[in-house]
This record gives sequence, C-alpha cells and structure tokens, in this order.
Amino acid sequence: MSIDNKAKIAEYLSRFFPVQDLKDDDDIFQLGFVSSMFAIQLVSFVEHEFGLTIDNDDLELDNFRSVGALDAFVSRKLSAPVAS
Amino acid sequence: MTSTLTAEQAQAQKEFRAFADRHVVPHADAYHRTQRTPPEIVALLASEGLLGLPVATRYGGGGADAVTLGLLAGELGRACSSLRSLLTVHTMVAHAVARWGSRELKETWLPRLAAGESIGALAVSEPGAGSDAAGVTTRLTRDGDSWLIDGHKTWTTYGETADVFLVLGRSPEGPTAVLVERDTAGLSTELIEDLIGIRASMTADVRLDGCRVPAGHVLARPGLGLSHVVGTALDLGRYTVGWGCVGIVDACLEASVDYAGNRETFGTPIKDHQLVRQMISNMYTDARAARLMCLEAGRLRDEGDPGALAQTSTAKYFASTAASRAAASAVQIHGANGCSSGFPVQRYLGDSRVMEIIEGSSQIHQIGLAEYAFQERALVRHRKAAATPRSEGR
Repeated sequence: MSIDNKAKIAEYLSRFFPVQDLKDDDDIFQLGFVSSMFAIQLVSFVEHEFGLTIDNDDLELDNFRSVGALDAFVSRKLSAPVAS
Repeated sequence: MTSTLTAEQAQAQKEFRAFADRHVVPHADAYHRTQRTPPEIVALLASEGLLGLPVATRYGGGGADAVTLGLLAGELGRACSSLRSLLTVHTMVAHAVARWGSRELKETWLPRLAAGESIGALAVSEPGAGSDAAGVTTRLTRDGDSWLIDGHKTWTTYGETADVFLVLGRSPEGPTAVLVERDTAGLSTELIEDLIGIRASMTADVRLDGCRVPAGHVLARPGLGLSHVVGTALDLGRYTVGWGCVGIVDACLEASVDYAGNRETFGTPIKDHQLVRQMISNMYTDARAARLMCLEAGRLRDEGDPGALAQTSTAKYFASTAASRAAASAVQIHGANGCSSGFPVQRYLGDSRVMEIIEGSSQIHQIGLAEYAFQERALVRHRKAAATPRSEGR
C-alpha cells in the first residue's frame, strides 16, 4: 500500500464521482453514473500514472472496484517480477 | 503547420502526400461513381506497408506512433474518404486485437493484418442499435469450447470485402467481442449501395446464422466487449476519422482557392468578392484549428496520457463539423458546378455528412464533451477542497 498512490487514485476518481471524500472501500461501480469511456480512461490512467501494463488477466472488476482495491492492485503489479 | 512534427514525421507526411496524389487523387471520383474500391489499390496500400503502419514491428507492422498514423489518415482523407475509412476500420480491428487479444490471437492475426493479407472490419451496428451500442441483440451462446453467434449487423464499413470481423454481441456475461472469419459457415454479407457518402467503402449488411467460433476468439473476456474492446477500437477510430476530416477540409480549401482564382463573375475572379473570401477564410481557420486539435490528440496518445480520450473526442467532433462547414462552402463557391459530378466538392459534401455520424455522432460527442468539462472542474474543486482546512459546522 502506498499513501501517494492512494491519493493519486482518489484524486483521479474524484473527477468522475461527485463525492468530496471517497472512502477507500466505496464501490465506484455502485456510485452511479459511469460513462462508456470510463473503463478505458481508468485503464489508461493506471498504466500511465504507475507505468504498468494491464492485460486480460487483470480485468477483474474487483481490481478496479474502489480506491483501496485499485491501490492494492497497483501495489501487486508493481511488486510482481517482470516476465522475461 | 508542420513545426510540431519530428523530422521523421514530416518526412512520412511528405511520402503519404505523394502516395495519395499519385495513386488515389486521380481515381477517387471514379471510385465514388462506381461505388467500389478496386482490390488493386488495397493491395498497393498493403504492399507499401500502410495498412500495418501502427502495428508493432514484432508482428511485421510499421510500429508507427499515433501522430504518424494520423498524418496518413489525413492525407488519405484528403484524397478519398472511402480509402481512409478502410484504414480506420482495419486499424481499429488490429488495435483491439493488439490490446485485448490473447497471445494466440495476436500471433495469428496481427501479422496478417499488418501485411494486409487479411482485412479487418468492425461489426457493431445493427438495424436497431447504432449510437446505443449496448443495445446490440446479436446473441453469443457458449457451446463447449465454442461460441455460437446469431445476429444481423449493418453499416459494416468494408464488410463486403473484409476477411475478419470484430463482432460485438451479447453473451450471458454481457457485451462480448469476438473475432469471426469470413469463411465461417453461416456468415454472409450483402453490399449496401447508394449511400450519401463514402460510396466506395464496400459497406455491407453482415448476417451471422449459427456461426461457430473457438472460445479463444473472444477478446478481453465476456462482458467487457463494449467497455474495453469496442471502446478501445472506437477511440482509435475517432482519432483517424478526425484526421480524415482534416483531409476533407484541406481538400475543400484547395479546390475552393483554385476555383475562386479562375472563375470570373461580374468581370472579376470570384476570389475578389468579399463573401467568397469570408467562406475561404473560415475554411482556412478551420483547417488549422482541426489539424492542431488532432496533432494534440496524437501527442497525448503517444504519451499514454488518459486525457487523450477527451482530446480525441474533441478533435473528432470539431474536425467533422469543420468538414461539413467546409464542404458546404466549397459547393457554394463552385455554384452549379459544385452540384455536378464533374467536381470533387460534390463528393466531399456527401462524405462530410457521414463523418458527423460515424464513430460517434456529433450529438454523442457533445454529450460526452460536457461530461469531460464537468470532470475537469471536479478535479479543480477536489484540489481546492483538499487545500482548504475544514471549518467547524461544515
């Protein structure tokens, strides 16, 4: 877990959700409006912000469901050994 | 307007322009009249490596950046919107496979798509589902290690000649995208003729009657066919369509300036009439603004910036509406001649109408752009709130 990463994720998600204080475990898919381009934007944000690549195996909704889930997912990806 | 390009990009643009002027411009009106794309020009695009330009070099593609792909779309769009549409749909399929295909799908299809041995087409729209892609009714049913597909797709650009289709359907898990080869039993196509624009684009109805494809032909995973696969493809499609519209505006401007300099009324070239000059100055401004917007979208795409989606939508919306304005003015400047098949501005007028409908209608983009505006303000509010200490009672 990283406080910096979590803050970056919360700041980014705050663009989409009209909530002042997005809690770590708030389910962003249940918070209402999600545009059709949101999923791609989120993937693009995570890849660009944290310098990693999201592939098919990562496409579990649970990885993207909340600030906490995204933070944990990013941490796992960043600590995973790079495939040769 | 090339100062933001690298030396390599500027050189590529020069070569694309020469290719279009030599091989496409002289024939585009004939393509339009006959409503056909000759296979020879597709083979030439392929042999020049232009159909595989953005595909990674490890798969035999050109490995070009987004700006360079945009420059190609712009030059093809200036010459012939139908051929530019071929580039668009083909690269959309290749991009979706590269982004969300399994390793096996990538290794099978990307070399073929890069070489232009196989042409890809996007089969999303249906008679009852266009802008609302989530409303598709094409059914995907799991049957052992296969999917069975039943449905009716329409407005499939280059559907009449494509070798592989990226089909969006609905499985029990939700929207699902799957690759279907032309020779799959149960797949048939029928050319749609007499369109208002991109008349050479071999647009077709595609019927899928019990088509069986391996389970491994699904991209990403079932349920994510629209949000991830088609969404990714459409984002690229909007980018190249936007650039194609830059080409249409350029073509309108070139034709109008030439015509206005030669055509005389009331004893003087019509370029001396102030109301003609007004139309040309608006075209000139739109041409530069649209190009800059598309260049910015390309730059953001090359940087992997998530803001590229909003900029791409903005650029496509602006460029397509600019193309409509430019084509209407170009016909007006040409007068009765502009209404005839003897001048290409008639073709630009029909093509520009299509540009405001495909890859998200102007109205769909307007709705989305408003959302981006709210998002950007929300970020400002969030930062202000984070920087302001909470006061009691709030």
